[in-house]
This record gives sequence, C-alpha cells and structure tokens, in this order.
Amino acid sequence: MQWETIIGLEVHTQLATQSKIFSGSSTAFGAAPNTQASAVDIALPGVLPVLNRGAVECAIKFALAIDATLNRINVFDRKNYFYPDLPKGYQISQLAKPIVEGGALTIQVGDTERVINLTRAHMEEDAGKSLHEDFHGMSGIDLNRAGTPLLEIVSEPEMRSSAEAVAYARALHTLVTWIGICDGNMQEGSFRVDANVSVRPVGQAEFGTRREIKNLNSFKFLQQAIDYEVRWQIETLEDGGRIEQATVLFDPDTGETRMMRSKEDAHDYRYFPDPDLLPVKLDEDWIEQVRATLPELPAAMQARFQSEYGVSPYDAAVLTGSRALADYFEVAAKACGQGKLAANWVMGELSAALNKADLSIERSPVSAARLGALVARIQDGTLSGKLAKQVFEGLWEGAGEVDAIIEARGLKQMSDSGELEKIIDDVMAANAKSVEEFRAGKEKAFNALVGQVMKASKGKANPAQVNDLLKLKLQG
Amino acid sequence: MSDTTLSALAAQLKTRQISSRELAQQYLDRIAALNPSINAFITLDAEKTLMEAAAADARIAAGQAGPLTGVPIAHKDIFCTDGWLTTCGSKMLHNFVAPYDAHVIQQFKAAGMPSLGKTNMDEFAMGSSNETSYFGAVKNPWNPAYVPGGSSGGAAACVAARMAPAATGTDTGGSIRQPAALCGITGLKPTYGLVSRYGMIAFASSLDQAGPMAPSAEDCALLLNVMTGFDPKDSTCLERDKEDYTRDLDKPLSGLRVGLPKEFFAEGLGNEVATAVEAAVAELKKLGATTVEISLANSKLAIPVYYVLAPAEASSNLSRFDGVRYGYRAPEYGNLDDMYCKTRAQGFGAEVKRRILIGAYVLSHGYYDAYYLQAQKIRRLIAEDFSAAFKTCDVILGPTAPGTAFKLGEKSDDPVEMYLNDLYTIPANLAGLPGMSLPCGFDSKGLPIGLQLVGDYFSEAKMLNVAHQYQRATYWHQRQPTIEGGS
Repeated sequence: MQWETIIGLEVHTQLATQSKIFSGSSTAFGAAPNTQASAVDIALPGVLPVLNRGAVECAIKFALAIDATLNRINVFDRKNYFYPDLPKGYQISQLAKPIVEGGALTIQVGDTERVINLTRAHMEEDAGKSLHEDFHGMSGIDLNRAGTPLLEIVSEPEMRSSAEAVAYARALHTLVTWIGICDGNMQEGSFRVDANVSVRPVGQAEFGTRREIKNLNSFKFLQQAIDYEVRWQIETLEDGGRIEQATVLFDPDTGETRMMRSKEDAHDYRYFPDPDLLPVKLDEDWIEQVRATLPELPAAMQARFQSEYGVSPYDAAVLTGSRALADYFEVAAKACGQGKLAANWVMGELSAALNKADLSIERSPVSAARLGALVARIQDGTLSGKLAKQVFEGLWEGAGEVDAIIEARGLKQMSDSGELEKIIDDVMAANAKSVEEFRAGKEKAFNALVGQVMKASKGKANPAQVNDLLKLKLQG
Repeated sequence: MSDTTLSALAAQLKTRQISSRELAQQYLDRIAALNPSINAFITLDAEKTLMEAAAADARIAAGQAGPLTGVPIAHKDIFCTDGWLTTCGSKMLHNFVAPYDAHVIQQFKAAGMPSLGKTNMDEFAMGSSNETSYFGAVKNPWNPAYVPGGSSGGAAACVAARMAPAATGTDTGGSIRQPAALCGITGLKPTYGLVSRYGMIAFASSLDQAGPMAPSAEDCALLLNVMTGFDPKDSTCLERDKEDYTRDLDKPLSGLRVGLPKEFFAEGLGNEVATAVEAAVAELKKLGATTVEISLANSKLAIPVYYVLAPAEASSNLSRFDGVRYGYRAPEYGNLDDMYCKTRAQGFGAEVKRRILIGAYVLSHGYYDAYYLQAQKIRRLIAEDFSAAFKTCDVILGPTAPGTAFKLGEKSDDPVEMYLNDLYTIPANLAGLPGMSLPCGFDSKGLPIGLQLVGDYFSEAKMLNVAHQYQRATYWHQRQPTIEGGS
C-alpha cells in the first residue's frame, strides 16, 4: 500500500525580551539556578502578573511578517495543572483568542516551492526546569526560565515529508530571528519544535490518528524523529495494528520515539480567562509603530537581490538564509559594485572558511567592506583569482586592508608588458621543445608554456595578457 | 478607652498628649487582656509594633507626620507583611513568613501607622463566621457564644472590642460588611480596582477588594485615603487621581435619593433587622433624603452565580499551595502525586476543599459552558440592574445581613445556610460596586444590626457622606460591648 505522511508543527519560540512576560526578572540564559526568579516567578502568595509590552510587540511583528490576522482584543487564559516547575499551578496562555490567526510561510524543498499555512500563534509563559540528576533521588527545580515569554506558532497539517517539515522549521527559524523576536538558539531551547505526525493510505480523505513528538531541539532530530515515527506508524498499520493518539519523546541516542503519555492520561486543563489580567486591546497607532520597525523581509529581499544585483534565484535564497548573511552580502556588493562576483565570494571562499573555522557570519574575521574591496581589485584587474585567494588569506589573518596586503606581499598582477615579455622570452628559450611541438600543431603545448610563464612570474602575470603575448611571439 | 476615633487619636499624637509608643502599648495591653477570650489575632509581635511606633514618634518629632502618623492599626492575616507570619488563617501557611509587603501594607507603613498584629480570619477568606480558621474561631465581643461574622471576623472583633482603633479587611462576597454588621462597627468595600490587590492572598481575583474597618464612617474615610492609590503591580488596579474621601462628610443630605431594593426587604429578612433598617430610613428622611423603590431582579441569582465564579477562581488561585516551595508539606509521602494529595488534604480545611472541588468541577471539560460561562452572563445582568437603579437613586440602602450574629457551631454543618448570610452583600462584589455597612441598632439579644449602603462606581465619598451624617444623628456606632477582662 502507498502511504501519505501528514505533518503539522507546533513551535515554541522564546521571545527576545529583556524581562519575563509577567515580571521584571531577566530572561538571560545560563544564570545560576533560581537567581532570576522573583516573587512573581516563584508564585509567592499574593503576587500578580503584569504583562510585558515588549512580548506583545514581538507577537505583533510576527503577525505582520506572515501577513496574518492580528486579533485586536487579547485575552489570557489559565491552563491549570500541577507540576513542580509550574509554580502557580497554572500556565498563563491564550486559548480562545490567540493574538495571531492565519498567515503563511513559503518554503523551498529542492526545486519546489510550497506555501504552508499557519493556524495560529499565541503568547504564553514558559515553565521552569526540573533537574532529575545530581540530587540523590530527589529532583531540583530551577525557576529561572519560569515566566519567559513564548510565542507558540502552530502550522496547519500541510507538510507531507520530513524534508518539508525541516524546510518549514528552517524558514520559520530564519523569519523569527530575521525580525528579531527570537535569538533562535536551539541548544538553549529558544526554538523548540513539536511535530504532529500521522499517515494515511494515499487517496484517503480523512487523516490518520496522530502522535505528537515533543521538544525537538535540532533540525536533524526533527528529521530523524519524523522519519522513524513514519516508518513505525506504517509498520504498525501494515502489521494490522492501530495507532493510538499519544505524546511521544524522541531519543537521539537510539533514534527512536517512545510513548510519554496516551490520550487517556490527557489532562483536563480547566482553562478559563485569567481574572488577574484584563483583556489587552491593540490600538492601530501602536500596530503601525511596530510595523515601522520591521526590517525588509526575506522574501522581498530575495526578489530585490535578483533584480538589483543580478544574482540567481538560488543564490538569492542562500544569501537571505539569515539577516546577518544578507546584510553582509549587501555591504560587500555595494562596496565593489559587483553583485554576482560578491555573491560568489560570499557563498564560496568566505562560507568555506567560516565553516572550516566553525564561525558564524557575525563573527567573520573578514569584514564585508574588505571582502567588497577585494572583489573590486579582481574586477579592476589588479588581482587574478589566484592572487585574490592569497589576499583573502591575509584578510582572514587580520593583516589589514586589501591594498596594504597586496602591497606588502607583492601580490599585484604584472602590468608592465616589458617585464612580461622578458619572462616569456626566457621561458620560450628554456622550453624549446614545447615551442616546437606547438608550432607542429600540438595545442596542449601552449598551455604548458602558459603555466611556465605564470610560474616564472610567481602568479603575478595577468593570464589574459600572457595568452596574448605568448601567441604573438609563437607566431612570430 | 475614651475617644478612640482616628481623628481624636491623631490630634492627641500631634499635640504630644500621647506618644505613638504609649498608644501602641495601651492597645497591646488591651489585646493581652482581651484576646485570649476573643481570639481576634493570629500573630502579635509587640517588639515590631513598638519599633514601628517609635519610628512614627520620630516622624512626628521631625514634623513629617501625615494625618494618621502614629495611629496603630491591625491587619487581616491575608496581607503579606514583610517579616511577619502571614497565614491566611490556614494550616497551609501556618509557617509562612512573608518576604515582602502587600501594597496595602506599604501604604499604611508610608503613612506611619504601626501594625498591632495580624488578625484572625476564615481560612483563605472562605466563610461567614470565622469558624473555618485553622487558628480557632473568633468570638463576638458582644457575646462570646456568637460568631463575629467572616471572613474578616478577627478585624471586626478587634475593632468592636477596641483592641485596635482600626483594621484592614478584605471583601469577596461580604467579608468586610457582614462581620462589621455582626460586630457593630463600620466597614467599607471600595469599588473593585480602587485598592491594589498586590500582596493580598487571592481568593477570587475578580471579586476580592480590600477596605477599611473602624468604628465610624469618618474613620473609614481617613483610612481609605491611605489605602487607595494606583499600583502598577496590579493590572486590575485603576489609574486615577487620588481623592480625599473626607471631602463630602459634612454635606447635608437634602435632596439625597435613597434607593430601596424591594428584593432586599422580602422573604428571608429577619424581623428585628427589618425594623432597625426601616428606622434608619426614617432617620435619613428626617435628614432630608427621599426614598425610591428600586428593583434588582437578578440579585436573587447572586448566590448561585457567586458560588460558581468564586470557587472557580479559587480552585486555580489556590493551586500554588502545593508543598513544593513554601508553607505546609505533608511529612510523609510516596511520590510526587502523593505529596500533592497529602499536602493539600492535610493543609486545607473542609470549606476550602469544598470550594476547590466545586471550582474544579464548574471549570471542567463539558461543564464550563453550563456553569462558568452562564454565571458570567448573569453576573453582567446583575451589574446592569444596578446601573439601571442608579438612574433613579444616588445610593442603595438595605440590610447588610438577613439576621444578627448566630451562635458558634449553629450553621457550620450547613454550608448553604451559611452562604445565605451573604445574600445582600454578594451583588455589589459581582458588579464591582462599593458597599459599606454601619451599625443601625441592636436586636433583643443585644447583638448589633448592620445597615448596608451600595453606591455607584467611585461614589465612596458620597456613601461616606451619607453614613457620616447618619452617625452624627445616631449613637449606634459609639456603643461598645462590655467584655470580661476589659477595663
């Protein structure tokens, strides 16, 4: 039987605010346990929540960026359950009226472009962390994370493969970091993915029973978890079994998913509107103020890169993989006036060097302005591609400006034809055999002679000039 | 004690006839003598009280005194008070020392008013008799065989017995007004949002409101001046200019239109209460008021609505008492779930558990629409009844409670009978309106009777004006009980 996979993703993005969603405590990662937990965060008797305006702004930005419906009246609901890292015994979330409804994200899988629709995105607070190791049979509770603002972004079940799910998650990751509402740090839990996965026979209209894989914190795990889960579900069904609705966890060590709780264990969360928080009304002026702070979005920038710099659609997509990369490219391209060449250098030499050194574009030792200056020197004929790579190495090592490196290391292409002629004469004299072979019609011999000339010039000769002069002399 | 009105005490302090320390010591002595029989206080700390009084004396000496600086006050044990045990009348918090001050406490500290101690209350403010307190029932100073009302029973009793010149209370369904009525003092529940709830341990967030309790309306006006004020830490606290609630006290009542809701003078109201309230109406008429009959047709649904909404909010508000971070934790348990169950089973009393169960039930899947949502709709209808009524009257008058104080144990086995005590007070909470109770007579057993005023939003000054003019013409609020051990 042919099976079709159905995937919907719920992504918890940690909003990049200075303080928590309902208290003034810092949200900075990595502090000693419980040092960033105020009276409100630990839910002392009598404390009350006060909404962080910044968190709402992040949600507004997201709604505007995906062209979604932005609900003007926002109600916060309490989701009640007991857990030691949930100090109040309820999580403040949005159930009935999420701030964002609808919207869409375009993803690229191979050569295919697809539009994935979003269901909703709502604001809520994060829980603390339970630490089950190092406490001699007890659990430790760290409430630093409790109250961190989250935007839970829910997609429609419109993805049909793990590749599409990963492409969607990547596109979403790019967008939320691009518009600055999330730092995107997956190791620190700033971007956590839950995948709802089901399978159905091709042609069947209704969905199969889904299982939800919780808390995937890398794109690789997302892919592995879905692939395993899909295989498991198909095998189970083909063996005559049934899929029970359940929440499962992915174990990266075994590459398998395992059941966390079944539908029977599902909580009744007893949602109701939080009486401590009044409905929040978004006024149009505020929305417009937030809109004015939005940067140019990836899709618009891709189109502009193609028209303005003449780069290919593929290159434009790569260059807008992050805002930092796009900004880098644009500075470099403007500095040299050569978009395509700049794109080649950014995606080629620079990316390779960064990868090798495991550095992000933000921490590139070569600034965009210097890379642009380097490209300009290639364009004006000062440098050959080969020499340019040597200058790039100098830039990478921090040896200063492009022209200074060219000067100091004597990497300028030879422009004096008299000097070049002398080298050619010497090479022809020393390689009489090759000269004869060429004159006898052996084209290959010409390349050998060019190579010898380039070698004798220590790479500084302009290859085009060498070609011309050598041909002239061989004919003569 | 002689003249213990707040203005008289403040004047004595200002003219150095007495120091704050001496005054506080007098009250501490009276508490020491009377509290063992009344049980109005859960926590006393004479050292802290006297230190605060000494600081007030320093302020007075430095010429930096406010209107009430140096006058001591007792605080309901629902307000978190830095360094003080704050129990909320529950075993669950029997060992909880608050690390911060509630906004109300901050306001009184800023005003230079020393704290005499933390007053007894029904557990988590759930009760109308003060019998649900983990720290034992409070006795009515007018007759120790009777309840003082609740939940601010300790506050009402300590003021009635003059163990404190004034006290703070909180009112979710009548918890200031009903005990004020049963103990013969004056108590005011402000408009919802006027006083910050920050640091006040939540029972039902959309209904809870703190207010003053004292012998007279004038005292309450002075206290309300201290308590109110915008607090950015409470999202439901209203941002509005400070008012002087004493400003209209002396206005004559000519032209005042008093609304009498026919539903409040119907079946269920005790004869002696009805007679006393009618006499009060006659007195107001003598002072120039006119009466108009009004109808609050939906208020008959107030109790069922309240007993859906208040427990719903409480069931969630009380989830934080889980034994994990502070307060009571069961000494022995198997695993996490067992720890939760045993802690809450042992830490909460029967009435609190009853309300948590009701609340969890009405919010549960499949019942939410039928109970919670329906109750919210009726709540709005009740508020609309009031809005319509205030088109024809300036203040609404009626009884505070259907009867006078009842005997300890008399209603504790019948929750519904107990709930009916708040029949007339709950509608104001549901509508968010201000309400107050003031003494208007005594029954044949010598127990006080309370008169209730309900005003339109932010009409506290007008209500206090009506109450003050009534109290100038009558002496009910000056009557004091004689208590064994008292001087």
